[in-house]
Order: sequence, then C-alpha cells, then structure tokens
Amino acid sequence: MRKSIIAVGAAALLLLTGCQSAEPAATTAPTATADALSGEVIVFAAASLTGSFEELAADFEAEHPGVTVTLNFGGSSALAEQITSGAPADVFAAASPATMQTVVDAGDAAGEPEVFVTNMLEIAVPAGNPGGVEGLTDFTDESRTIALCAPEVPCGAASEKVFAAAGLTPAPDTLEQDVKAALTKVRLGEVDAALVYRTDVLAAGDEVEGIEFAEAEGAINDYPIVRLTESPTPDAADAFIAFVRGERGAEVLGAAGFSAP
Amino acid sequence: MSREHRAALRTERVGPPRALVPLAVVAVLFLVLPLVALLVRAPWADLGTILGQPAVAESLGLSLLSAGSATVLCIILGIPLAWCLVALSDAGHDAWHRVIRAFVLVPLVLPPVVGGVALLLLLGRRGLLGAPLAEVAGVTIPFTTVAVVIAQTFVALPFLVMAVEGALAGADRRLDDAAATLGASRWYTFRRVTVPLVAPGIVAGAVLAFARALGEFGATITFAGSLPGVTRTMPITAYLAMQNDPDAAIALSLLLMLVSIVILVALRGRWVGGSAS
Repeated sequence: MRKSIIAVGAAALLLLTGCQSAEPAATTAPTATADALSGEVIVFAAASLTGSFEELAADFEAEHPGVTVTLNFGGSSALAEQITSGAPADVFAAASPATMQTVVDAGDAAGEPEVFVTNMLEIAVPAGNPGGVEGLTDFTDESRTIALCAPEVPCGAASEKVFAAAGLTPAPDTLEQDVKAALTKVRLGEVDAALVYRTDVLAAGDEVEGIEFAEAEGAINDYPIVRLTESPTPDAADAFIAFVRGERGAEVLGAAGFSAP
Repeated sequence: MSREHRAALRTERVGPPRALVPLAVVAVLFLVLPLVALLVRAPWADLGTILGQPAVAESLGLSLLSAGSATVLCIILGIPLAWCLVALSDAGHDAWHRVIRAFVLVPLVLPPVVGGVALLLLLGRRGLLGAPLAEVAGVTIPFTTVAVVIAQTFVALPFLVMAVEGALAGADRRLDDAAATLGASRWYTFRRVTVPLVAPGIVAGAVLAFARALGEFGATITFAGSLPGVTRTMPITAYLAMQNDPDAAIALSLLLMLVSIVILVALRGRWVGGSAS
C-alpha cells in the first residue's frame, strides 16, 4: 500500500519537476514532497487556536491534495484527557505546557513537544470602556464588576501569576470556567473588565477593546505542539506540524495575536 | 409490593414478551454502570479530607441555602400557577391551558446554558429589565447569590408545577364544591380544602424541585458566575475540580449523586401525580 503511494508520489514528483522546472526551487520543493503525502491527519487543538488552525488546515490541504486534516477543538485539559484515554489523534497542540506534560507522561507523545507560539494576557473591556478601566490596579477596585478565569484553568493560573508579580490582590465578581466565558461577560457588558488572552480580544472584534499592561510580560503562555505515537500517518502529521511552525503558520497565527516563541 | 400482590397481578396482566427483557436489562445497566464506575473510582481513603476542605464546605453550604430558597420560591409561585392551569382546563380553555403548560415545561427541555443566557439578557446589567433596574434602583443581579436562586428557580419550577397540577387534577374536586356550597370563600376553600388535599403532591414537587436546584449548573454558571462563597455552588466546584484534581471532582460528584438518590428513593411513587401512596 505504502509502496504504491510512494511510487505514485514519485511519478507525480517527476512530472511536476518536469513541468515546473522554470519555477524557483523554493516553491517547487514543498509542492513536490506534498504528493508523497496522503491520508488523514487528526489534530486536537486548544480552543484558542480555532480560527488560525481552520485557516492553516485549509491551506495545508490545498498544498497537499492527498491529505485531509480533521480538527477537534476543546479545552486543553479535556483534549489531553481524551488523548490519554485513547482517542485517535495524530497531532496535539495544547495551550499550556502543563496539559501537554500529561500527554508526555502517559507516553503518547512522539518526541519532545515544541513551543510554536506564545500568548499574552490583556485587559478586555466592553466597547467604549464604560467602567473607565485603565490598568491592572483597577482590578482591585471593589466597586467595579470584574471577571477573571478560575485558577484551575490555564488563563486563571496565568492571571494569578500576573497579580502576584504586580503585588496586587484582585477583587473579582466571578471566576469563570474558561477564557471564552470570561470574554462573553465582557461582550455582553456584564462586567467592566476581564483578564483574557490577547488573541481573544482580537477575535472579539469591535465589541471588545484591549488594554495592554506591562505586567503581562511576567506570565507569557507557551503553546506546545507534538505528534502522537499512535499516529497511523506520521509523515503527514510531521508535515502539518512543520507547516504550522513555518512561514505561513507564523503569518496566520501572528494575525490572530499570537507571538513567536 | 408483597409477593401475593405480585402473584395476583400476574394472573390479571400479560407480561412483556420475553425478547424485551434483555433489552430492559441493558437499559438498566446503561443507567446503573456509570454510577458503579464512580463508586469504584472514588478516592474512598481521602474522601473525608477532600469533603472536609473549607472550599467544599463553603460551596455545599451555599448550594443548600440557594436550593432551599429556590424551593420556597417554587412553592410560592408554583402552587398558584398549577392551580390556575387546572382551573383553565376545568373551564374548557384548552388552547390557553396547552400554551401556558408548554411554556411551563420549556425549562425542562432547554439546555440549562440557554436558560442562563436568557436570564442574563433579561436581568443582566444591560438586560431588558436589568438595565432600568440598574439605572433607577442601582441594583445589579448577576454575580450575586440572588442570581443563583433565580437560575435555580427557573429550572426547578416546572417540576413543582407538574407535580402539583397532577395532584390537583387527580384530587376529588367535589370537596372544593362542597366547601363553596357551605359558604366558604374561594380563598378559604383554597387554603383549608384544596392545599391540604394535594399536600403529598406539593411535598413531592418541592423535593424534586430541591433536587433539581441542587444539581443546577449551566444556568447558574452562565447567569450568576462563579465566585467562592457567593455564587460557586457544588456542581461548579466539581466541574472546576475536574480541571486539575479529578479525585476531588469524583468525591464531590459522589456526594451530589448520593443526595439525589436519597431524595428519589424517598419519593418513590410520589412522582406519579401524587395518586400513589
């Protein structure tokens, strides 16, 4: 089976290099190797990667017509739980090294996970900033309505770190179960401010305004990615990871608000 | 049910076809095995330590307080509603009866999160009623214990209304008529005849409403948020614990399940409209 695929791929490669010999080598190379790849790549990715990974998967499929990328988004810890319980997945992209570590500890990661982007916390306020929030110190104000993530989830852990570094004790009115829930409370105008990721502020569009703050540097969140040992299509999975970590990946993820590691 | 009783039934009724019995067994296993899994996996040795944590005691206390308040609200609002529904049906207003009953039952089939969203859009700071309330009275409801009680009442009310309506419909209404003919006012008849008559139905409905309120998660977390001691009830504590301390989550789930089972076993036949003993 595999041999015949390689044969077909090699033939196509010959054809392609024949036809496109005038093209610069840089663009020919990935297209050529693409034809050796086929099969399905199932990617389990953190919910915050939804928009970017959908775009990247479509681009990847266009570049490698033999490959189908299937995406499954969710909370990182839930995804890690599914993977260690035997869910069929080829690639795992987590929103925190801690959740990735549970997959590594279970022996499901092929090789060392590598950080491909980082995310930073930002203050999100409803459009027009009705609460007049200016910075992190406003989160200590009892009279303001504030949403934070619960310390049990990654964005909450990062928030705790930021407040500890700044020497501030926040006065939250709610500790939400995930970053999107905290953002929703801002979108609806139910809170004056929330601490969410920069990518979430960007994704929310005009409904939400972001306020950067210096202390965010103290809690930069790493996103690691790895191929999983059970993957039946390791070549295609590795190619997808390389694509995410490549030029196009940097472009799409950068536009969504992620930073390079 | 006694053995002779069952034997008597057997002579009167045709049992199910043999082929259906294995399917029924599968159905029972499907419902029971998840509970067994929970029991097997429970961290029995650490149970005391986990449930003794101040955060757990705090959320359990809050859950009991809010579910209790929600149950009282359900009784205050639900009995009149059930009584009006029966009256509508008695008076032949079947269309009205059907429409109102449908709205009463909506929270039963609605995903609780949707209920929370709807409550937020009504009573939130920018909500239909919430915005004028915040402006005029300076009162905001979300993120308060009151919001928890409102969310729990919203999902629990149908249980009380259904139980009481069933009891009322099954009760001997001639007693009401007799009281009226003897010169009792409507209010007196309602208080002294109707309510005592359907008391078992009210108790059954109240207990079910309490159990539902205690287990409420989606509407609470959406509308009331989650803050220890203020809005973080037991189900939310269990959910958050599942993120990084599965043992604690299992222990909490066990406690909640225990409470539910005790309540349902205590109710037994009561749920069928108060007609059973």
